Amino acid sequence: MTAPTPAVPAEEPVVIEVERPWREAWRMFRRNTAAVAGLVTLSLIVLVTVLGPFVYPVDPFAPTGPLLLPPGEQGFLLGTDQQGRDLVVGLLYGSQSTLMVGAAAAAITITIGILFGALAGFYRGWIEEVLMRITEFFQVLPPLLLAMVVVLLFSPSIYSISIAIGVVSWTSTARLVRAEFLRLRELDFVKAERAIGARNARIIWTIILPNAAPPLIVSAALSVGVAILFEAGLAFLQLSDPNVMSWGYLISVNRPQILEAWWPVTFPGLAIFITVLSVSLIGDGLNDAFNPKLRQR
Amino acid sequence: MRLPAVIAKRLVYALVLLFAVLVLNFTLIHLAPGDVAETIAGEAGGASPEMLAQIRKDYGLDLPFLEQLYRYIEKVVQGDFGYSFYFDRPVTSVIFENVWPTLLLVVSSLLIAILFGTFLGVFAARRPNGLLSQAITVLALLGYALPVFWTGIMLVILFASFIPLFPTSGMDAGPLGASGFGYVWEVLHHLTLPVVTLSTIYLAFYSRLSRASMMDVLGADYIRTARAKGLGERVVVFKHALRNAVLPVVTFAGLQFGALFSGAVLVEAVFSWPGLGTLAFDSILRRDTPTLLGILFFSALIVIVANLLTDLAYRLVDPRIKSAARA
Repeated sequence: MTAPTPAVPAEEPVVIEVERPWREAWRMFRRNTAAVAGLVTLSLIVLVTVLGPFVYPVDPFAPTGPLLLPPGEQGFLLGTDQQGRDLVVGLLYGSQSTLMVGAAAAAITITIGILFGALAGFYRGWIEEVLMRITEFFQVLPPLLLAMVVVLLFSPSIYSISIAIGVVSWTSTARLVRAEFLRLRELDFVKAERAIGARNARIIWTIILPNAAPPLIVSAALSVGVAILFEAGLAFLQLSDPNVMSWGYLISVNRPQILEAWWPVTFPGLAIFITVLSVSLIGDGLNDAFNPKLRQR
Repeated sequence: MRLPAVIAKRLVYALVLLFAVLVLNFTLIHLAPGDVAETIAGEAGGASPEMLAQIRKDYGLDLPFLEQLYRYIEKVVQGDFGYSFYFDRPVTSVIFENVWPTLLLVVSSLLIAILFGTFLGVFAARRPNGLLSQAITVLALLGYALPVFWTGIMLVILFASFIPLFPTSGMDAGPLGASGFGYVWEVLHHLTLPVVTLSTIYLAFYSRLSRASMMDVLGADYIRTARAKGLGERVVVFKHALRNAVLPVVTFAGLQFGALFSGAVLVEAVFSWPGLGTLAFDSILRRDTPTLLGILFFSALIVIVANLLTDLAYRLVDPRIKSAARA
């Protein structure tokens, strides 16, 4: 007699896997050596930028030695530039403009991108049509040229430069956010919110947006890198704040003498490169951390 | 939709975009702090009162805003993009002189980046963890993080002082240079370093993109079928897979034209390449606003045309779009 025994499942405790995506991501990130190296380097740069002026309070624009002194001579570790300024001081103070503009411009980029992408992806219809047409319009304008025009017309300051960079580089963020919203708005937890009568603003900002955060954070990291490169490029084209030292500015003023003196353009360029590289490594690390499946690639 | 109808629709849309660029240009001049006439004349020049009066009359600056905008657009439609007080010539004639070198630089950089990038990507895709794949990843990281103008300057130092193989400035040897085929050779010789500088960034990008795309495609069923049929590896990769893998490359080529233009501005400024970028840089130093706005307009025009061409190219490469649109 093999009557099926009534299914009396042993009282196994139901283990609900509580997902902790953020903690999981951080764990993945920590294991990524390159990303951690980027994070450490960037933290050091930020630290030096914040503390530098207190430890070494000088006027970064004032000449302190002979012109174009090679590195290591007369106690100038990195040499001097064509106006006799210590390049160590130039590098130390130049990070201010780089980091401030990089952060502010990226913040503007992300804000405009989220606003356009979220409204377009959520409301669809004519709102999406209008917003995406504006996005396409900005994609047609070469970003650096538009930034040049804006900074020239409003005269260069770290404010005008940050705004100009933010205004020209938000389109890819907007597209990304829109795509995320289009995907998320159809999911069950969003429909459930709608069913219980949640207001649109609540659904957009507290339900969908946090779920779109992972790709947005990666894109934010990339935006910072792009903004830093833009700031340097504008400074190279002699559009930098005359009162704030900048790495791009150092390259720009010392360019005519590159064949006699390689160091005043080489070191600031390396500084820009290392900063953007660490931002980019952090971005890659975040990307891998949030999309573990892509790691097999 | 049939192809002519698609093109017609795209052309109308392109005109709308160009109109929007004009409105933006005009609004920017008016938003800028200070007197509009002085902004147009260029602050550094110290424009004479007669000059300012002439500008006020030309642009109708005493009229209401919308009427000024109307007059501005009316002039542009007639081909008048304003007057460069620095060159003492219409902006259009200055720009037309500089547009060809820029197109030469941008188009050759893009072609080289796409061709070599796709080539590298295809080979890397066959060994996802091989040396070439890793090299591409590193190259992409460098391409993203290196400031393009700085790379250019480093190349100038290298080639001007140490390896004098390529000229580091200008586009030809000047009035004493060669003519005919000799001139073409001369220009190509001068073009080398700017193109290397500009294309390297995008080379890494395209090799990464085509590698990822190729890896996707190589996993598809129809590739397995092709292999099962006993087709040779070369036919499978280059005939069956490549055609499909190249689609995202084409898409990005169009999207990136604007970004490429931005890079070109910096590269031209480094190598004194006599194109729109160098002109834009010089216009900044001279506060030559009309020329700068003209450059913005014409580069937007070039980007729009490039997008249009990409769209057509896409239809040629991917017949599915045509049939989907017809259905």
